[in-house]
Amino acid sequence: MSEVALNGTTATTSAALSRASALNRLRLSDVVFRELTRVAIFAVLALLSGVILALIIGSVPALSAFGLSFVTTEVWNPVTEKFGALAPIYGTLVTSAIAMVIAVPVGLMVAFFLTQLCPLWLRRPIAIAIELLAGIPSIIYGIWGLFVFAPFLQKHIQPFLIDTFDGVPGLQDVFAGPPYGIGVLTAGFILAIMVLPFITAISRDVFDAVPPVLKEAAYGLGCTRWEVFKHVVLPFTRVGVIGGVMLGLGRALGETMAVTFVIGNAHTVSASILAPGTTISASIANEFTEAVGDLYTSSLIALGLILFVITFIVLAIARYMLLRLQQQGR
Amino acid sequence: MAEIRKNALYARRRMRDSMATSLAYAATLFGLGWLVLILAVLLFHGFGGLSLSVFTENTPPPGSDGGLLNAIVGSIVMTVLAIVIGTPIGILAGTYLAEYGRHDKLASVVRFINDILLSAPSIVIGLFIYEVMVAPMGHFSGYAGAVALAVIVIPVVVRTTEDMLRLVPDTLREAAASIGLPRSHMIVRIAYRAARAGIVTGILLAIARISGETAPLLFTALNNQFWSVNMNAPMPSLPVVIFQFALSPYEEWQSLAWTGALLITVTVLALSIIARSLTARKS
Repeated sequence: MSEVALNGTTATTSAALSRASALNRLRLSDVVFRELTRVAIFAVLALLSGVILALIIGSVPALSAFGLSFVTTEVWNPVTEKFGALAPIYGTLVTSAIAMVIAVPVGLMVAFFLTQLCPLWLRRPIAIAIELLAGIPSIIYGIWGLFVFAPFLQKHIQPFLIDTFDGVPGLQDVFAGPPYGIGVLTAGFILAIMVLPFITAISRDVFDAVPPVLKEAAYGLGCTRWEVFKHVVLPFTRVGVIGGVMLGLGRALGETMAVTFVIGNAHTVSASILAPGTTISASIANEFTEAVGDLYTSSLIALGLILFVITFIVLAIARYMLLRLQQQGR
Repeated sequence: MAEIRKNALYARRRMRDSMATSLAYAATLFGLGWLVLILAVLLFHGFGGLSLSVFTENTPPPGSDGGLLNAIVGSIVMTVLAIVIGTPIGILAGTYLAEYGRHDKLASVVRFINDILLSAPSIVIGLFIYEVMVAPMGHFSGYAGAVALAVIVIPVVVRTTEDMLRLVPDTLREAAASIGLPRSHMIVRIAYRAARAGIVTGILLAIARISGETAPLLFTALNNQFWSVNMNAPMPSLPVVIFQFALSPYEEWQSLAWTGALLITVTVLALSIIARSLTARKS
């Protein structure tokens, strides 16, 4: 292409014809490049619609066989080919809820530390370290959770929880049963560690975007650092923080491998968070290659569809929130 | 009297502040503690099994020694193919978003969809590729695994390419236009060159992301106990082997799983640190 351009500009003495044809070639390559980028755009569009379409088509047999009862029944029996998604849906929601209960306060506090308390020279190393946590593949969290964290919980934390809450109405059932080590609580805890960096990173970014004048005004009134954070920074960045939290929630809902290792894969809805359970993604990962028969496969794909719809909604809200923040900033 | 009450109030506010700040310190230590703990455990378990045979022998049958050679090669082959498929599409789409469609409706829709794809559960991508490739072909294959990984690469590259191109000052573009350079030439010669470090960063981050991905490979590439570079057949990969070996009752397998986990983590962390330093130097 460069030769074409050079010829077009230097060959002023040669026939005007060659100049015109060179220009034409330039114009052509210009159009071709532009159209290529448009094709790539439509490829991205096609990807998402392809995912949705494939999931819908794949789950038709299961959904037509079970109808709405698919999401309301707990039975999951490959032998009699009766499938209900209640246990995986329940497990997905509960593990994610546990993860958010732990990760949101911790993530916000880390961001508070990074933006308001941390000495400048330490800021970057700590931020990078926390972001490296996000880069560790989920299978690593899984193997670590299974061999290190679950036995630790089983020996030390879970017996303590069971003893402490024994006899307390309500909580007694939440922390009931033998300490398996693996189970819903363990999965939720590992998810919390995994989404922590996402929440921290976004909160830090939005906290940094607070105009210094606002903070200085509050300090000038004699506010403490915590008061400035709570009454000035947080209200100002509410929308962005919620967006970041939703983004973390989207991650937690769809996370597969880490959960698969430690959840125990039991298709039951149990009140106790110490009991083994399953999530949508763990069920698919554990059973898909072994699924015999169209109905079994289709039921697992239907699970995938449900997961995709849930995460789509959560992520859409997150993006909307962050977008609103951007427009606010303008 | 009023003086005392004011002092009490002040003391309470001071106390609340120091409580909150110490909580913030604790939270940061908590977050960093996990990183240290995970890396320490990985080094402890992984180094024990690290030997030359890990890189020269294939995955063993239960109860005997072996290595991870076929899994490592499978991972590399599928990762390379995924990058080859994914980056051109990603860079071109990112170019459209940053250069041609800055303000049009289509671009904002695509931007939104790309963000959804970026955080979509990777297991769902696996199901999608199973439906469109594995089921019609009738068998699991390395191709299917590579395409599944490419689907994960695309949104990462689109996002970073757009972000990096947007950092290129418009004055550069205007200067190029003023000497009569067509738009596509301006993009390829000027904008790409200015944003090169950033775009490479995006590709490195994409490699880091997919080299640990397990879920989309489980039922696309499946696994293979033996040496195989046939892309049209089931193909082993490091993450899937780790998954299988870690959950097995055999000690040799579990030890290999730890070694594999160490290899993946070191690779991923090295890639992300290189990627970071590439962009850090520029700014």
